[in-house]
Amino acid sequence: MSDRIDARFRQLADERRAGLVTFVTAGDPNPSESRRLLAALPRAGADVIELGMPFSDPMADGPAIQKSSLRALEAGQTLANTLAMVGEFRASDDATPIVLMGYYNPIFSYGVDRFLEDATRAGVDGLIVVDLPPEADSELCLPARACGIDFIRLATPTTDDRRLPSVLRNSSGFLYYVSIAGITGTRVGETDVVAGALARIRAHTELPIAVGFGIRTPEQASRIAETADAVVVGSALVDAVEQAPENAAVAVSELVEMLKAGVLSARKA
Amino acid sequence: MDQSNSFRNGPDEDGHFGTYGGRFVAETLMPLILDLEEHFAAASRDEAFWSEFNALLKHYVGRPSPLTFAPRITERFGGAKIYFKRDELNHTGAHKINNCIGQILLARRMGKTRIIAETGAGQHGVATATVCARFGMPCTVYMGETDIERQQPNVFRMRLLGAEVRPVSSGTRTLKDAMNEALRDWVANVEDTFYIIGTVAGPHPYPAMVRDFQAVIGNEVRAQIVEAEGRLPDTLVACIGGGSNAMGLFHPFLDDTGVRLIGVEAGGEGVETGRHAASLTAGRPGVLHGNRTYLLQNDDGQINDAHSISAGLDYPGIGPEHSWLHDVGRVEYVSVTDAEALEAFQLCAELEGILPALEPSHALAHVAKLAPDLGADHLLVMNLCGRGDKDVFSVAEALDVEL
Repeated sequence: MSDRIDARFRQLADERRAGLVTFVTAGDPNPSESRRLLAALPRAGADVIELGMPFSDPMADGPAIQKSSLRALEAGQTLANTLAMVGEFRASDDATPIVLMGYYNPIFSYGVDRFLEDATRAGVDGLIVVDLPPEADSELCLPARACGIDFIRLATPTTDDRRLPSVLRNSSGFLYYVSIAGITGTRVGETDVVAGALARIRAHTELPIAVGFGIRTPEQASRIAETADAVVVGSALVDAVEQAPENAAVAVSELVEMLKAGVLSARKA
Repeated sequence: MDQSNSFRNGPDEDGHFGTYGGRFVAETLMPLILDLEEHFAAASRDEAFWSEFNALLKHYVGRPSPLTFAPRITERFGGAKIYFKRDELNHTGAHKINNCIGQILLARRMGKTRIIAETGAGQHGVATATVCARFGMPCTVYMGETDIERQQPNVFRMRLLGAEVRPVSSGTRTLKDAMNEALRDWVANVEDTFYIIGTVAGPHPYPAMVRDFQAVIGNEVRAQIVEAEGRLPDTLVACIGGGSNAMGLFHPFLDDTGVRLIGVEAGGEGVETGRHAASLTAGRPGVLHGNRTYLLQNDDGQINDAHSISAGLDYPGIGPEHSWLHDVGRVEYVSVTDAEALEAFQLCAELEGILPALEPSHALAHVAKLAPDLGADHLLVMNLCGRGDKDVFSVAEALDVEL
């Protein structure tokens, strides 16, 4: 297990609060602003950073993240650049976990062994690869675990008790619970339904659980933070990048500060 | 042939044809495709399912489609004896309906109440809208804006059939983006929705399932050519986008190693120009839309735009079983250009009185290159998988004719 992810969730447990996981796309809106944005996230309150590896065909994402991916690709982002960004970030921040999130084809094209070598060297802590279900664990999950990189899996409302054990089997770091059956950024699950789902999942695993998909406001973040170990916000942040591309680092930081306040205001159940 | 040496055993239980295929989908969809796989396996073993399927193919689709000798094309090319498998005579004008009948019967069996589909040229969309009308199920078809522009007649046809056509404005606004959008719909509507994929691609079990529904083409050809000529054909030729008509024709012949099989990809403006849709000729293996297969992609693993005059071939991937058959060398894959396909389109109209779709016009363009060097006793069957009425506007535009 990644030391940084492990340490961060221990710290959150000690502080008896939920964490804030922020998603932005690497290279969005352009390489230089994206680097500034990445560096600003921990200061603004991000406990864990999910960094999107842009892909031309993001099948599981809604319009906000699709557009963000395309902006990054049009600005010339490549997987090699994304790994370099992480390396640069690590030089000044050795505590904030970074989880790369995306689709398999760019990694497959880069070469799995070479990718894991470069990701380890850059200081990547975990991977979320949307189109690699447990049935495909030999592709990337097991080799990544062997390198000490966590493979973080998504559980969804369709992941029933029959399916859950196979989802959890090789998961590590934390579990990402998707609060709706749907694409990113569209709507958020009802709080009590989410709480029920988390209770069901916790009967199967000790892993911390982050909840995401559709959380946009400090109020929503606060409600989810009552039951989840961490709250994931993505589409709202990349929307802020779209609206203020010249000033993305500042605009996103302000939003992250508000979301963090929402998370901190939650009463832990 | 020994079972272990058969080309017809795939896929394995995880949906692999060699290293291709598989189930590369988001977790939300995994329980659905596992459920679909179970239901398809049960239906496959159920004679009642197949008799309902075959009855609909006979009485609703109009199968078997004829195998027609093409005397004037044969004479013009001056070599092989050329037959057309007339799947353009099916109800709705293409082979696509075979698969739609199979999948909607499965959807009903699974208790699903809403159908979604993607379409490129519109043929699969029309076929899906048709079976939805026939069985009284609501239907949403995703279609790229670029394709909507060039296939207006099919868009109107789908609407007449009661389907909602949702324009897709993301990405390159063609078939691949329509498929992305259909997958997004499916993820958000998992309870009631059945996704009718139109080609032999996507996550397992789709490639095998669509193949099995389309194999009626090849099975009919086997019987028909034996009746006409007393023996199996020497060569089979079919066009390939995702590859469903080709797979349907080839699969029953895979173990007849004396039968040469040729798949024709869309070479667009020429493979060397980069503006084409020839995934096997110029792509490399990758993962998209639920399966590993040959893809058009850049050095960073981003999917490239495909280009073809034929909207039905304009896809940057290909069914995984074709990728495997390519690697093991059982099927040859070639490409022809837009210009060559246009020429074949006109030739077929003038010499045989048949307007082929632009898709099989690609197959015919390759037959034109191949046939002259073959003997008069060489039996060649080409799949005329769709009719060209939908393409007359695109063809007129390409020929600079104002209608």
